[in-house]
Amino acid sequence: MATAPKPRIKLDKKEAKKGDIVEVKALVSHIMETGQRKDAQGKTIPRKILNKFACTVAGKQVFAANFEPAVSANPYIQFKFKATESGPVVLTWTDDDGSTIVGEDKITVT
Amino acid sequence: MLQFTRRQALGTGAAAIATATLGLTVSSAHAANDSGDLINKFTGGKKPTEGKVKLDLPEIAENGNTVPMTVSVESPMTEASHVTDVLIVGDGNPNGGMATFHFSPASGVAEANTRIRLATSQNIIAVARMNDGSFYTVSKQVKVTIGGCGG
Repeated sequence: MATAPKPRIKLDKKEAKKGDIVEVKALVSHIMETGQRKDAQGKTIPRKILNKFACTVAGKQVFAANFEPAVSANPYIQFKFKATESGPVVLTWTDDDGSTIVGEDKITVT
Repeated sequence: MLQFTRRQALGTGAAAIATATLGLTVSSAHAANDSGDLINKFTGGKKPTEGKVKLDLPEIAENGNTVPMTVSVESPMTEASHVTDVLIVGDGNPNGGMATFHFSPASGVAEANTRIRLATSQNIIAVARMNDGSFYTVSKQVKVTIGGCGG
């Protein structure tokens, strides 16, 4: 996959009051090859997964995760954060090969 | 006269259908994988207490390739008392580790949802680490009808 896939990100609210809990849902298309499967010639297909995920809001990390091959293809992640200040919501996935997929949304805190 | 194109390449397609042998092996022959070691490493040898953690998984997963899983931990999520990490392992996959979630007081709520692969029926275990160094755990069995590790 040469082209970087565009993640789909959805916040349950665009504007929040200070202290509100905001829910984030994100989906990114990725093969998440486990490294366990074999191809038609019996050769192992090398592992290729997104192994790290992190979310920052206004530059501060609110949630992170490490994924193993047991996470499904096209990984979906849903989590929450507490709204404290307005700013960009940046989601970053890191691939085994070191490349990253970045998606962005924003939250306005009133 | 018109010549027809050859349509003899149809033979190979039918072979793949026979593979769905519906192997409902729900016997608890749990292949010992590294899930126990992973938990030990995570807790540093401490025995986690049952409770506080909640795992939301279907009891029967039809398709092991993508099983929705929600984990949540009871915690006020304040500076003084919050969940720092949650480890998810399964005892029936080739590798025990599934995912680790990292929380902070900025998370507000210790809850996350993702979709996992299950090779076979197995127990899913969640272990939560609190900021005070205590550990809580829960486990849940999921029966899988079609495993998620094959071609």
